[in-house]
Amino acid sequence: MAEVEETLKRIQSHKGVIGTVVVNAEGIPIRTTLDNSTTVQYAGLLHQLTMKAKSTVRDIDPQNDLTFLRIRSKKHEIMVAPDKEYLLIVIQNPCE
Amino acid sequence: HPLLPAPTRLRTWSGPGGTCGDGEGAGGVPHPIPSLRPPAAGTMEIVYVYVKKRSEFGKQCNFSDRQAELNIDIAPNPELAKQFVERNPVDTGIQCSVSMSEHEANTERFEMETRGVNHIEGGWPKDVNPLELEQTIRFRKKVEKDENYINTITQLGSIMEHCIKQNNAIDIYEEYFNDEEAVEVMEEAPSAKTINVFRDPQEIKRAATHLSWHPDGNRKLAVAYSCLDFQRAPVGMSNDSYIWDLENPNKPELALKPSSPLVTLEYNPKDSHVLLGGCYNGQIACWDTRKGSLVADLSTLEFSHRDPVYGTIWLQSKTGTECFSASTDGQVMWWDIRKISEPTEVVIMDITRKEQLENALGAISLEFEPTLPTKFMVGTEQGIVISCNRKAKTPAEKIVCTFSGHHGPIYALQRNPFYPKNFLTVGDWTARIWSEDSRESSIMWTKYHMAYLTDAAWSPVRPAVFFTTKMDGTLDIWDFVFKQCDPALSLKVCDEALFCLRVQDNGCLIACGSQLGTTTLLEVSSGLSTLQRNEKNTASSMFERETRREKILEVRHREMRLKEKGRAEGRDEEQRDEELATDLEALVSKAEDEFFDIIYAELKKQEADAIKLKPTPQQPSSEEGQVVQEAEEATGERGGDEEEEDLA
Repeated sequence: MAEVEETLKRIQSHKGVIGTVVVNAEGIPIRTTLDNSTTVQYAGLLHQLTMKAKSTVRDIDPQNDLTFLRIRSKKHEIMVAPDKEYLLIVIQNPCE
Repeated sequence: HPLLPAPTRLRTWSGPGGTCGDGEGAGGVPHPIPSLRPPAAGTMEIVYVYVKKRSEFGKQCNFSDRQAELNIDIAPNPELAKQFVERNPVDTGIQCSVSMSEHEANTERFEMETRGVNHIEGGWPKDVNPLELEQTIRFRKKVEKDENYINTITQLGSIMEHCIKQNNAIDIYEEYFNDEEAVEVMEEAPSAKTINVFRDPQEIKRAATHLSWHPDGNRKLAVAYSCLDFQRAPVGMSNDSYIWDLENPNKPELALKPSSPLVTLEYNPKDSHVLLGGCYNGQIACWDTRKGSLVADLSTLEFSHRDPVYGTIWLQSKTGTECFSASTDGQVMWWDIRKISEPTEVVIMDITRKEQLENALGAISLEFEPTLPTKFMVGTEQGIVISCNRKAKTPAEKIVCTFSGHHGPIYALQRNPFYPKNFLTVGDWTARIWSEDSRESSIMWTKYHMAYLTDAAWSPVRPAVFFTTKMDGTLDIWDFVFKQCDPALSLKVCDEALFCLRVQDNGCLIACGSQLGTTTLLEVSSGLSTLQRNEKNTASSMFERETRREKILEVRHREMRLKEKGRAEGRDEEQRDEELATDLEALVSKAEDEFFDIIYAELKKQEADAIKLKPTPQQPSSEEGQVVQEAEEATGERGGDEEEEDLA
């Protein structure tokens, strides 16, 4: 339990990190540092996108699997680390 | 052979030639009667009749072999060949491929609407009510205690951290070789394509007379619709003008409902919700889009213009509520929209400076540049541009100077955004560029076109590019660092006349409005909307060069006029002119006269000497030859001078 806290706190404290969200397999946000409506939006949309990306990778090569998803946009970068049951989403602003 | 029974079965074949088969019934040989019976129409009918006894019907068929018999032989008629001419060789196209057909289909226009979607939470298990805070917290805490969760998060956390650190360490999308961009030369030909067309939804079509882009983001376009034909507006014509959203060409976003059709419409550059409209009946109206389609404020009829308001522009002021308008009744009025019932100031466009409304020139276009806040310019119906100073003490001094040169009303007037001393006007069949320093004529002009020009605008990003629209529905894009005689690009936008034109601030999108109310949105190629290398310098040097040329011509004209005046007054003037070293012609003619006098004197002397001494003809002739040659040179020079003067 304490490790989780420590990990998430460390991630949040990195330079440029705007927010962190942990989502479970059903799309329910477990932990978040953003406000509720934004969290709900990110959770719902990125969950679907990650599933799609995963199925795409596996369709092309069934032995392959999605390890990480990075979406770079004009304003910031959304990083998704998927797992069987959970999803770790971090929004970072990498600009200098 | 058996008797001929009555014909019971008849088969006829018509056509030239051809053998006919026959079936035999047992016991009866059919008797063919081929005959040629030309019926009245002239077609040949070959009839072959064969018969069978009634009693033999239904009997079994007995087939037998028989030689072919020639029944009819129609020889070709050579006479007919004379009606034809032989063609040799004959060209025939043959294609050895599958024959296919082409078919076009156009789907029907369908209405689209854009809507947002509201996300709500979901996925909660049945026993947890997502609205109950306690339950959700309890659920979350339960999940967090799960061992799987802890392991997963720790693992994912380390992966994530790696990427975060990567991001912070280096920017993988940074621009390398920034300097190299300048080498890129745009070699593509200038082009423009239509992006969208906004049609007037009304049944009775009105002309789109004015366009205004939304000041923030340029995602909306306000279009004023009215019928400018004097008293020919059809009954039942709607007064509405529309604000269109660029994404939705099917339906306007907002309708503005004035009491009289709007001739001009402008967004307030400081407050994007406020619009100013000039009405056909001379009133000024303003809208607030937050309040709806009805007029927010209207000027009173008594104090407004007496003619349609052709130009309205917002002024730069701290309050952002000041504007001014011009109309063909000869007045320019200043308004403050907070108190729009009467104008704050009125100036009469009387160039004799006597403030007489009867002498006033009708204003049909207005120009104001925020960087020169005290000056403004008015384009009149009579083809004269009047430059005015707002801050002059007396009304008479308000009119500073005039520029004349157009033969018809000046429909558009705009200063160059990069070099405000130069401005563009459009009127009659040409577009002209003027410089404030040169008052007698324009410094640059296009050739006379076949159709009347209706509107023009500079490009906000390139100082040498401007756009014009014409009555035949074409849009011309001029780039005078590229080509001076013709437009760089000429596009036929629609079949009816184009009335107005507006360029968006990024220089890429152009909207033009037509006589039937259709507004077309075009995008120009990037070559025409990005500043070229050295373009500013080239354009400014071109302007300066042309201004200088006009100035020299002006000076020359002034001189010639003075000389004309002088000649009319008499010889003394001529003498005075001769004394002035600048008058070449008089000097030359004087020199010639003197020269010829000397020659004649010499010749006379020579003759006198010849009579006395009878000298050889060579001497005087050589002298004469020289003299003649010199005289020729002098005339040649004079001719040259004259030529020069003609050119000037």
